Amino acid sequence: MNAKIQPGENQPGRTAWQGDFVRRDRAWHPPAYTPGYKTSVLRSPNCALISLEQGPAEKTGPRFARSMLHEFDNDLTINYARATGSGGEAIGERIIVHGRVTDEYGRPVPETLIEVWQANAGGRYRHVKDGYMAPLDPNFGGCGRVITDAEGRYFFRTIKPGAYPWPNNGSDWRPAHIHFSIFGEAFAQRLVSQLYFEGDPLIPLCPIVNTIPDKRAIDSLVARLDMGEMRPFDCLAYRLDIVLRGRQQTFFENLTEGM
Amino acid sequence: MPVEYRKETPSQTAGPYVHIGTVPVACGIAMRQNERLDSIDAPGPRIVIEGLVLDGSGAPVKDAMIELWQADAQGRVGEHGLWGRAVADFKDGRFFFHTVRPGTLPWRAGRMQAPHLTLTIFARGINIHLHTRVYFPEDAAAQAEDPALNRIEQVERRKTLIAERLGDGQYRHVIRLQGDRETVFFDM
Ligand SMILES: [Fe+2]
Repeated sequence: MNAKIQPGENQPGRTAWQGDFVRRDRAWHPPAYTPGYKTSVLRSPNCALISLEQGPAEKTGPRFARSMLHEFDNDLTINYARATGSGGEAIGERIIVHGRVTDEYGRPVPETLIEVWQANAGGRYRHVKDGYMAPLDPNFGGCGRVITDAEGRYFFRTIKPGAYPWPNNGSDWRPAHIHFSIFGEAFAQRLVSQLYFEGDPLIPLCPIVNTIPDKRAIDSLVARLDMGEMRPFDCLAYRLDIVLRGRQQTFFENLTEGM
Repeated sequence: MPVEYRKETPSQTAGPYVHIGTVPVACGIAMRQNERLDSIDAPGPRIVIEGLVLDGSGAPVKDAMIELWQADAQGRVGEHGLWGRAVADFKDGRFFFHTVRPGTLPWRAGRMQAPHLTLTIFARGINIHLHTRVYFPEDAAAQAEDPALNRIEQVERRKTLIAERLGDGQYRHVIRLQGDRETVFFDM
């Protein structure tokens, strides 16, 4: 069977030909070549990126309808066991991760797909290529997704992932992290990154974290403990707000270039 | 003082386990088993693209996840745009997209672009996704006017964006991350 993800409905009030997205600040993102993270050495282009204006394909992007989601896609504590039929719950520290997605001008980014993946509480991924000695949790897959609401808010429930070792400078250790992928309202906003947890002493030691040159940029990936949203006798909460590239306003509506 | 804005959330590598969150069946997770994101169902002439990402030593990148965004057969994007996702084979690095041939699509100020696919590459060791294009060898005339190809000053490098034709509707395309014949990547 070929069930396709269908693009979502066209969003009323947001047309495809609005202003451009502001340029990416490439000095804020990690550069391609970061020898402290050895794998980047042979996987980084040497030539400069070719700068180009945005056309209609960059100013629009795929939409994902809520109808593609399964009931427990945003609850990683149970979604794997439900899918396999075992019905159990994942082992680990129960947490809610939530936040708001806006653009650089502070406008909410509603109805956009966020995908997440992570190791289990022992630091082991459910992946054929992960051979770390920590055991798999029979009730944890580590795969989730959510679509932001009308105000750009998202939340998912999971267990706090464990730190894990990886070969780089001998055995380096990754701080606890959750990978995330977000689409935004246009192709130009596509972003994949990682969320870290406040107070983790492994963050400043991590060669992957340190591919980011600016300390303030690293801080913006650290989710804060949010006692205001913890659920009593259930789970702690962490908050991370996500910022996507800003879309400039359309000041001159009669310039319908690209139409 | 100039007006201050928020800063974009910085990118981090998708890592070697990107499949878990994006194509879980690819790494042995029995979830979303009916999603076939590398096969796009849309009206128009069918094409198959066989792709391969090579690192700076010429070795295949076997843990890459590749996304596709393209115009439909009539050259429309927006809600008609077509999106897909493929993963490199864990053994040989090859990936495939089964889709339709995109039409000629609009650019800015009434100009047009030659038919092409936009690909983004995510993988371990790639700190921020790479953005490239794939054009078709049959469209030389449209490519001579294409705004993106014309922006590439070194004419020889433009060839890194043209797929190789294997047969009717069948193409092969190699993306070289680095070194001799390094593929052109864009910042848009
Ligand atoms: Fe990871």
